[in-house]
Amino acid sequence: MTTGSSATPQAAEGDRMQKLSASAHERAALRRNGIVDRVFELTTRGSALMVLLLLGTITGSLVLAGWPALSELGLSFFTEDRWAANVNRFGALPAIYGTLVTSLIAIAIAIPVSLGIAIFLTEICPPKMRRTIGTMIELLAGVPSIIYGMWGMEVLAPFLQSHFPSVFPAGTGLTTAGLILAIMIIPFITAVTRDVMNTVPPIMRESAYGLGCTTWEVVRHVIFPSVKAGMLGGVILGLGRALGETMAVTFVIGNNLFLNPTVTGQGTSIAALIANQFSEADGLQRSALLLLGLVLFLITFAVLALARFMLRRMDRRAP
Amino acid sequence: MNPVYRRRKMVNRTIMAASLLASAFGVIWLFLILLTLVTKGVPALSLDVFTERTRMSGGGLGNAILGSLIMTALATLGGTIIGIAAGTWLAEYGGRSRLANLIRFINDVLLSAPSIIIGLYIYAVVVLPMGHFSGWAGVAALMVIIIPVVIRSTEDMLLLVPNSLREAAAALGAHRWLIVLKVCYSGAKAGITTGVLLGCARISGETAPLLFTALNTNQWNFFNMGSEMPNLPMVLYQNMTINSFIPSQVALAWAGALILTAAVLILNILARVSAARTQK
Repeated sequence: MTTGSSATPQAAEGDRMQKLSASAHERAALRRNGIVDRVFELTTRGSALMVLLLLGTITGSLVLAGWPALSELGLSFFTEDRWAANVNRFGALPAIYGTLVTSLIAIAIAIPVSLGIAIFLTEICPPKMRRTIGTMIELLAGVPSIIYGMWGMEVLAPFLQSHFPSVFPAGTGLTTAGLILAIMIIPFITAVTRDVMNTVPPIMRESAYGLGCTTWEVVRHVIFPSVKAGMLGGVILGLGRALGETMAVTFVIGNNLFLNPTVTGQGTSIAALIANQFSEADGLQRSALLLLGLVLFLITFAVLALARFMLRRMDRRAP
Repeated sequence: MNPVYRRRKMVNRTIMAASLLASAFGVIWLFLILLTLVTKGVPALSLDVFTERTRMSGGGLGNAILGSLIMTALATLGGTIIGIAAGTWLAEYGGRSRLANLIRFINDVLLSAPSIIIGLYIYAVVVLPMGHFSGWAGVAALMVIIIPVVIRSTEDMLLLVPNSLREAAAALGAHRWLIVLKVCYSGAKAGITTGVLLGCARISGETAPLLFTALNTNQWNFFNMGSEMPNLPMVLYQNMTINSFIPSQVALAWAGALILTAAVLILNILARVSAARTQK
């Protein structure tokens, strides 16, 4: 027995009980910590729920604010081929057309370039340079979009106008906007493609090389098939970015508010139209612009949700 | 040599050359843009650019730079607090529950939602009820943009902290909040800092959400958040569009573009340095 200080067995028993059970002070500390625990969890949960609240209020406020325009204009909002505020005719068609065409041009240019960069970075670049080139591409994603717009208007558009006057009579237009958008989304698609290509286990690569495959054959027949979903996710993510890009497009798209179903002509996009007109808009025009915003939000939401769905499938499979 | 081999080698070499060209094509834009910024921006730089306020002609960018700094700092502060709290819940409490998965999904979508939509949203819920444009509305719009970035990086970084550390702390009798604060945060600190810096870089260059929230003004605005707030991106936009017939305004816009890009790229590089430190 170590309780040498106690004289009787009963005293020794009481002494031990006291050591095993918590004192009033300790119990208070436990209770306090328990309360802090609950408060901490509730606060963080509340912050997390704010994300849902954000989505709900974004959709709700746009629907509410766009409702007057939708009930006033009805279907003509989607079929009218001009946006002429002075005669109260608001057709979303030119803007929707411009948004889709510029984004598709951007994707068509960005896909091969991004794939090429990703192949270069993962397969043939010497490890020393990999970091530098990767960082440079990522910095391209960091340049603010208004800088792209200014550069496109002051450098790219005059260049196109003077070198290809037959295709770009004004320099600005849907294709110019598409080109600027391509430069902006290349870093996004490249980053996703590179990351998913790096998830392919080295042993698969090495066994293909062991069979005598060339680098291209390894990429084409071993790497691509196993990261297809992820690459598609990256491309759709880039598309989502291109659809909603505002400042870069506003400067170079030409801001022609009549439907002009060509690919190189001047036009407008949803985001550019909102940026140009919203601050001076009132009444029906403002409501129509907010409705246009809702259309853009729904389109990008669907596209981004699809991208995330494909990338999530990838995540689950990746080691 | 066997013709099949020759063909395969040819194809391989062509594709590899093409991917090399693609990389050059990808990198060259950065240099072209930086070159334009330096050649057009440096001649317009002077001390006046930082100390004078914007005027109809001449003047500087001082009030715009100050306004941008104030709004970016407040939005980053608010966004960091909310974002870290929400990211903590997702990583530490939410787990694989249906609610957590839903929040993660929505957050991922908001992460790349068009920034002009955020501007419209804040216009509808802040500017319209208040009746006028204000610095607070600008801060709110920027906050909505930075929160998803911080949530994402906080969650990712907390998930990298090994569970054995949490269990060890719990075995010593630490409560959950103490474990998160002392053990998890100290492990994820550098990564979360990277996320916050990247988010800060992103919002400091955003123009679209400020168009109908903070708007712009030619006056100095020292912390009067209830009124219109001058800011650098809006000055660039106005000088390049409605004021583009005044050569001095265009020159000033390029000086501002150089300052803005330099600030954003430095933030990006700082973020990368912080990330590189974590990996060691």
